[in-house]
Amino acid sequence: MNNSFLDYYSLQPVTSWIHDALCSVMPEALAIFLECVVIGVVLVALYAVLAIILIYMERKVCAAFQCRIGPNRVGGKGGLMQVPADVLKILTKEIIRLKNSDHLLYDLAPYLVILASILTFSCLPWNKGAQVLDMNIGILFVLAASSIGVVGILLAGWASNNKYTMIGAVRSGAMIISYELSMGIIVLAMVVLSETTSLSGIVEGQANGWNIFKGHIAAILAFVVFLIAGNAEANRGPFDLAEAEQELLAGYHTEYSGLHFGFFYLAEYLNLFITAGFASTLFLGGWMPLHVAGLDAFNNVMDYIPGFVWFFGKTFFVVWLLMWIKWTFVRLRIDQVLTFEWKYLMPTSLLLLVLMVVLKVSGLVF
Amino acid sequence: MDIKDKILKIVPEVTFTEQGDTVAVVPLASFRKLAEALRHDPEDAMDFMRDIVGMDWGETLGALYYLESTTSNRRITLRTETDNRENPVIPSVCDLWATAQIKEREAHDFFGIIFTGNPDLRRLFLREDWVGYPFRKDYDMKSNPLNMTNEEDDDVAPTYELGSKGELICGKNVVFAPEEFVINMGPQHPSTHGALRMRISLDGETVKRVDPVCGYIHRGIEKMNESLTYPQTLALTDRLDYLSAHQSRHALCMCIEKAAGIEISERAKYIRTIMDELQRIDSHLLYFSCLVLDMGGFTPFFYGFREREMVLDIFEETTGGRLIQNYNMIGGVQADLHPDFQKKVKAFIKHMRGIVHEYHEIFTGNVIVTSRMKGVGVLSREDVISYGATGGTGRASGWSNDVRKHHPYGVYDKVEFKEILRTEGDSFARYMVRMDEIMESLHIIEQLIDNIPEGEYRVKTKPIIRVPEGIYSQSVETSRGEFDVILESHGDKSPYRLHYRSACLPLVHTLDKACRGWKIADLIVIGASIDLVIPDIDR
Repeated sequence: MNNSFLDYYSLQPVTSWIHDALCSVMPEALAIFLECVVIGVVLVALYAVLAIILIYMERKVCAAFQCRIGPNRVGGKGGLMQVPADVLKILTKEIIRLKNSDHLLYDLAPYLVILASILTFSCLPWNKGAQVLDMNIGILFVLAASSIGVVGILLAGWASNNKYTMIGAVRSGAMIISYELSMGIIVLAMVVLSETTSLSGIVEGQANGWNIFKGHIAAILAFVVFLIAGNAEANRGPFDLAEAEQELLAGYHTEYSGLHFGFFYLAEYLNLFITAGFASTLFLGGWMPLHVAGLDAFNNVMDYIPGFVWFFGKTFFVVWLLMWIKWTFVRLRIDQVLTFEWKYLMPTSLLLLVLMVVLKVSGLVF
Repeated sequence: MDIKDKILKIVPEVTFTEQGDTVAVVPLASFRKLAEALRHDPEDAMDFMRDIVGMDWGETLGALYYLESTTSNRRITLRTETDNRENPVIPSVCDLWATAQIKEREAHDFFGIIFTGNPDLRRLFLREDWVGYPFRKDYDMKSNPLNMTNEEDDDVAPTYELGSKGELICGKNVVFAPEEFVINMGPQHPSTHGALRMRISLDGETVKRVDPVCGYIHRGIEKMNESLTYPQTLALTDRLDYLSAHQSRHALCMCIEKAAGIEISERAKYIRTIMDELQRIDSHLLYFSCLVLDMGGFTPFFYGFREREMVLDIFEETTGGRLIQNYNMIGGVQADLHPDFQKKVKAFIKHMRGIVHEYHEIFTGNVIVTSRMKGVGVLSREDVISYGATGGTGRASGWSNDVRKHHPYGVYDKVEFKEILRTEGDSFARYMVRMDEIMESLHIIEQLIDNIPEGEYRVKTKPIIRVPEGIYSQSVETSRGEFDVILESHGDKSPYRLHYRSACLPLVHTLDKACRGWKIADLIVIGASIDLVIPDIDR
């Protein structure tokens, strides 16, 4: 496979040049430190910008599903400034501390949630050579880091000293821990197919066809299971029972205000993006353009489109799928959610793992 | 056998008054015996208790009991009273009719009547620390200045028994034990559809007991009516069940017209009937929207609002009001129909029939919906009759209780329509009854819309309406069930007592029965499916 044009968009030479340039004027440790700071700032900025885009997208998409127009006043046509205005408002709100809450845990909880979210966020492969955290156990790190979030949710529910938040937190804990199983097993199945746990390796491995095509039946089913489990992980409808406003007001974050609430809100939207991002990485080739083995001319044309465009395109497509699901279905009940996972989804994903291994061993995958 | 002869056979001392409705005046000593005999009558059991109306007749305190048989739909009213105003004691009938439990609480709250044997005689609408009984004629209006302290919830309900020497013995029933996990829902909660408050005892997520705490929007409308003239009382009916505004007002107008002997024109009857059915469609569409929203479905929510908007526009053109129309008047309706009325109604019927499949596609057939609603919150036919849960909730359990069929008013006797009945009694059946009733209402309107007779829309009435002495009642089928107006007149220009049978008070009473053993998420769905409107409960 001729990957030369892909290399043209690679950020690897740029980052190496910056690194070398910095090293020539300062000690390497300081250079690395500076780079880390810059990258951290870039990540957080990207995180915030993406949240604004996602909220705007959600409002417009759900308006379209609901025979409405959506935001259309603030900031001229299309209401483009609506979400920035909302963000501004949330920044100016007072952070209210409850008298009888556990202050340390109460204040810690939103940071844990946002920490888990940013850690997984930084593992996303944006483009060739533009992956912030890339290690050989990459996907396992993602699974581990994403689990921190549930600690934050449980703490928030517990420390608020409120019966509604407690019920919401327990629901969320039970659900996220259960669905992590399916998620993990499906990821294992895809690791079997890709023969690596490194995220960059998984993407590179899809140069001759995306995993969803390479693994055909098993991969398509795995994609569906991954989306369901990912949807539950992100606490989004029809699995939004942790913050079911018709039952529990706002669930675990009922008592939070101002920026602390904003963190939960931000993390919720970004978790949607992260779920979609890993779905596109594992199944739809990440930043890898659409390649069909053997059609080199076609592949070359596809390569003209930069990798990050492919990545965002695929990710937003999956985000849109998840929004479609959220705005169509009604909410499940907690016992139904758990029954569904333990009786149907987890056995299915175990079967898929076995099926994938069998297919791989017998060489039936492309 | 005639009902009067039957009563006289059981208790010979009963006398009958015939001013307005037939009322059997029962001596207190034999009241309980008569009630038991009527309830367990083998041929024609009076198994549906429509209402208990507390009364203060000056010398005596007492109650009117409105009974109906679900087999023959015959009705009878019992009156019993006690002249002891200090400790007015009447035996409870809540073991015969479950609905009597909450109705007796209401009468206790307003009149201070002590129903011996009722397991829970807490106040229903007023605060626990309220002084006196406001519906008594000798109540001092200044005895309850504005109270700025919080109300303490009472976890222990008083219950009274008569001792061997006729003395009152006060017992205690524990509502919630101290070790129970009780969560408070409302009055500010998104899914209680208004200012309803419930206290819910939970075991994990499983509901062990629901205790509705009413009265957060209690306005004392019945008390206010006693100082208003008859035309003035009309305005308050719209504020009871705001989604049955037209139908409630229709009931009061009919009751006053019947009592004062006012004959209204055919045209007015047609207009009232069409408006009633439009109101029913409006209410059921909102029911759909609220139900799906309570289940977390935001998109179908807007479908209901989209079509409801058309109904509201039709209302607005003719009546000037959208939610509350203030359209019925004594003697007819406020104004004639808008010239576009017929055209728009016909267009709406066509549109609604064409689009209802969208509702079923996105919601009714959805696997999550069916798994969350089928078999959930089942009320048996015996339950709904005993609790007096009329309307769609009763019909979903197989109880044929449509007032339009059994006691026709307006022009319902001239149209052909089906009474929607289902037998499952679960949330899904309650939902489907409403959806089918929308279609049936369209069918009724279709038969009437082209045949509205010419004539005056309102007959002239005297400027001051006086109603002859007597007790009158009128029932209508509102969007949520049977709504009764019970009017006692002493010949003045304002009523001596004007009581409304709330359709929703029995419904909220069934919540505990329907929700026990289900999850807290089911409580929301069951509450939405039995369709509560809170101002109607509290009045």
